[in-house]
Amino acid sequence: MIGIVDYGMGNLFSVSKALERIGVPYIISDSAEELNETRGLILPGVGSFRDAMTLLKEKKLDEFLHAYVESGRPLLGICLGMQLLFQESEENGRTQGLGLLKGRVVRIPIDQDDRVKVPHMGWNQLTFHQESPVLHAVEEGFVYFVHSYYVDRMDKEALLASTVYSVEIPAVVGRDNVFGMQFHPEKSSRVGMQLLTNFVKAMEQSEAIL
Amino acid sequence: MITKRIVPCLDVKDGRVVKGIQFVELRDAGDPVELAKVYDEQGADELVFLDISASHEGRKTMVEVVQDVASQLAIPFTVGGGINSLEDMKRILRAGADKVSLNTAAVLNPELITIGADYFGTQCIVIAIDAKWDEALGSWRVYTHGGRQKTDREVISWAQEAVERGAGEILLTSMDRDGEKRGFDLALTKAISEAVSVPVIASGGAGEAQHFFEVFTEGLADAALAASIFHYKETSVSEVKNFLKARGVNMR
Repeated sequence: MIGIVDYGMGNLFSVSKALERIGVPYIISDSAEELNETRGLILPGVGSFRDAMTLLKEKKLDEFLHAYVESGRPLLGICLGMQLLFQESEENGRTQGLGLLKGRVVRIPIDQDDRVKVPHMGWNQLTFHQESPVLHAVEEGFVYFVHSYYVDRMDKEALLASTVYSVEIPAVVGRDNVFGMQFHPEKSSRVGMQLLTNFVKAMEQSEAIL
Repeated sequence: MITKRIVPCLDVKDGRVVKGIQFVELRDAGDPVELAKVYDEQGADELVFLDISASHEGRKTMVEVVQDVASQLAIPFTVGGGINSLEDMKRILRAGADKVSLNTAAVLNPELITIGADYFGTQCIVIAIDAKWDEALGSWRVYTHGGRQKTDREVISWAQEAVERGAGEILLTSMDRDGEKRGFDLALTKAISEAVSVPVIASGGAGEAQHFFEVFTEGLADAALAASIFHYKETSVSEVKNFLKARGVNMR
């Protein structure tokens, strides 16, 4: 059983449908108690970093996510959900994140000469930096991004894959049992479905006890 | 580098794809989900569904179509047509669409763009503009109500206002070129693409792969939309993409 954290930010429908296609049972919940019954969690999210952190804190899900990660079970943040894993964001002033990974979230710089448009919206190519179970048998193909902020100054050890859009943008991050994808794997055709399948496999093979 | 996008567009009425579509291998050529799957397999980067239902019942059916598409496909899609309020946007986006496109409703009530963008984020809000050259004005004019009604608005300034209000993308249709198959309106597409900071989807006039090449290079479009040339199998998404790749256009 996998849990989708529903804290009120964004559409959970696509993620849940993608899990159905993979054939993994899931629950959608905002209750720490219910989510604690799972073997892995997905933290989705679209919208503002500050609103998301406020909602997570209101529901005491920030503390829960820390405890969950300490239990050794895998957590995957998608899009804004990945950004929330980091220390802080400069979106709408400075906001503290979950701090599970090192790095800060900053706006994609606009370079007029290169005609870089923000948000970074569309299909962009992955470059892999190191091996990881989530990248297993995945090609360095194209995935679908929609975001205006990206993770800067992160730990190179946790950078699994990146793309280039005006700057190098961390696309897949992972350290121990904490993973993040800046793009939408559930909207990224075959490459995205393979990445999600790999996360589910990693979860199933994880030895962390419920 | 980000790729240029090829976007097939499907007109849906009362839950069924209309306008003759020649996919003989399909069990049911009017089923939006089956057609969407064919385009997905051909490598479409995104899909647009335009709801042309006139009735309330037809609109309700569209929500079911959106749910079916979202549950069976893993590529982004936009839904337009008949979206007039925040409630309409909620219904379509919660059913699983990635973006909604607003046309007439946004012109009549530009505040709707802001309301939608504040609620869902700019990435969810596409502003569709039907543009036609106006010789007296020396520029393009905005049309509404499916191109039937001329407005006072000039296209470039309307596109800029829409983006300031929170549009995340502009779907730009040239009424002069639509259905002509002589190529996209390059001057129009370039003018808008240079005037706004968000992606522009060019629409109207695609007749062959070369037209896509032109609109991406000369027209500076970020994406190009076409309907009939794909539906009638005059070419396929994969053929167009291979043609563009061979000419150095960045494609998925």
